[in-house]
Amino acid sequence: MTRYFTEDHEWIEVDGTSATVGITDYAQSQLGDIVFVETPAEGATLTKGGDAAVVESVKAASDVYAPVSGTVTEGNAALEGDPALVNTAPEGDGWFFKLTIADASELDGLMDEAKYKEFVDGL
Amino acid sequence: MNAPNQSGWKPTSPVTGAADGTNTVTGNKALMLEEPLIFEIGNCETTGVDLPEPDLSSNRLGGFARDAEIGLPGLSEPETVRHYTRLSRQNYAIDLGLFPLGSCTMKHNPRVNEKVARMPGFADVHPLQPVDTVQGALGVINELAQWLCKLTGMPGVAMTPKAGAHGELCGILCIRAALEAKGDAREVILVPESAHGTNPATAAFAGYRVENIPATAEGRVDLAALKARLGPDVAGVMITNPNTCGLFERDMKAISDAVHAAGGYVYCDGANFNAIVGRVRPGDLGVDAMHINLHKTFSTPHGGGGPGSGPVVLSEALCPYGPLPFSELHADGTLTLVEEETAGERHPHSFGRMSAFHGQMGMFTRALAYILSHGADGLRQVAGDAVLNANYILRSLEDVLDAPFGASGPCMHEALFSDKGFADGMTTLDLAKGLIDEGYHPMTMYFPLVVHGAMLIEPTETESKAGLDQFITALRSLAERARAGDETLKAAPIHAPRRRLDETLAARKPVLTWSEPEVAPGEPSLSEQGGS
Repeated sequence: MTRYFTEDHEWIEVDGTSATVGITDYAQSQLGDIVFVETPAEGATLTKGGDAAVVESVKAASDVYAPVSGTVTEGNAALEGDPALVNTAPEGDGWFFKLTIADASELDGLMDEAKYKEFVDGL
Repeated sequence: MNAPNQSGWKPTSPVTGAADGTNTVTGNKALMLEEPLIFEIGNCETTGVDLPEPDLSSNRLGGFARDAEIGLPGLSEPETVRHYTRLSRQNYAIDLGLFPLGSCTMKHNPRVNEKVARMPGFADVHPLQPVDTVQGALGVINELAQWLCKLTGMPGVAMTPKAGAHGELCGILCIRAALEAKGDAREVILVPESAHGTNPATAAFAGYRVENIPATAEGRVDLAALKARLGPDVAGVMITNPNTCGLFERDMKAISDAVHAAGGYVYCDGANFNAIVGRVRPGDLGVDAMHINLHKTFSTPHGGGGPGSGPVVLSEALCPYGPLPFSELHADGTLTLVEEETAGERHPHSFGRMSAFHGQMGMFTRALAYILSHGADGLRQVAGDAVLNANYILRSLEDVLDAPFGASGPCMHEALFSDKGFADGMTTLDLAKGLIDEGYHPMTMYFPLVVHGAMLIEPTETESKAGLDQFITALRSLAERARAGDETLKAAPIHAPRRRLDETLAARKPVLTWSEPEVAPGEPSLSEQGGS
């Protein structure tokens, strides 16, 4: 399994053609206490860079973008009752959705963990 | 029977530790009066009105008669009056002091407006009266419309939208109707990062896909990025000018020209018109539609004090699509309404109706009174003084608060600061809560999103220099505490009727209806205590 990162602070963990997406620890720390998450419905078709989910904190509401194109296989139902999971485990139990990747070559432009850390340090 | 607080319920004092004599039995602190919820003081046996016993032997409810208590609290008239008066004393209002909410233009509401609005000829008319009995009221709408057209340099105005976002929707629906009339099914509205948050919501509500346009390092729309994105799928752009970074979009004319050349339309969010009224005419900048918040720029009450009102000025290209109804002035000086019955002849391309009647009449009289009492020169000075006051705040505080766009030149009507320079762990929220202790309503915070820990401060032109100086002194002291990492700021507000509330819990687990709290076994419930 390989984990990639976007400049919009999403992470995507790839396992063959399926993948899990969430927001990074940096993203949750900037948003503050998360109070609401809207995940995409199963079967939804996502386009790389397009709106995929919504995350609301006490400070702001933000869109979460699809790191790659694909079809949603599952939204994280646990976030509905416990959005705080995004704060406590952003890169674990606080994942947003799983999808089947349409075109693996779209992963090419994404950052690996070291590169993303460098990117965040520069902000 | 009607003694207040029959239940004997005593509020818990927010302050603990009575040893020093600072606590009182009632929880009241002289003129600072505690007040329970209305459900906690009311009971079913009390009433403020004396109605005859209803004859319940027969009714026509067909079996739908309610068979349980309705659950509303009963209070006598003096109890009701005192309840709401006590609560109002815990509120903050523009009539109490500076209300620095950025992008809200919380200016003084002149009393002459109120005097005019209460004149029976305006206050007591009904929208369904025959038009020949309300010629004066229609005359007010028409004269205000002419002023708004003149001030914005636009040929037409839709007066019916009820507030800013309603006006945005009106403008976007005009754009949609204009495109559809050409058989042009464009799908995208571009919204810069520095726009108001309602803009993308409006575009989405009108069925468009929203795409963001980034801001430049100096806080303005990235013209090159905008031009690069324009194309046959772009219906238009929504630009807030002056923008939420408090800056005037200097490239506005170039933006409009580029959008028009690509076949799109320009919507301008006019919420910040106070900064430019009497000085800049949006029509000259190529704007096709712009709402005007009468409850901001034109001083009608706002923020709990009255309804909004958001007339939308329209360009030549969009005028044919504006909503119904509107008033029309005839050569003999009489006014009529163009409504659905007459629209076929007079206004056949209207996208429809947004509002049951003519718009917010009570706000029209106030706004016109404001315009006439200021005159063209006075309105010009309004914009000048609003900008001067904001710059006075920006420059007085930039040594203790980071001004991210301070180098971009003078700000317009609002000063924007970030939390850069605060000690670790200190936040914009802490500073805002500290402002409550200092007796001010907090500024707009965490908006715009392009600035970290944003603090957006709009003093408006109606504050005196002495008032601004006191505010600056308070904010300077709070900024210094935040920079020094003063942990006591984390406890603010200390002097408010309630201490810092748990906003996260309130958002995650909102409790929106009252229910009687569970009581420990053996203790009488509130309603039992409240019996005669």
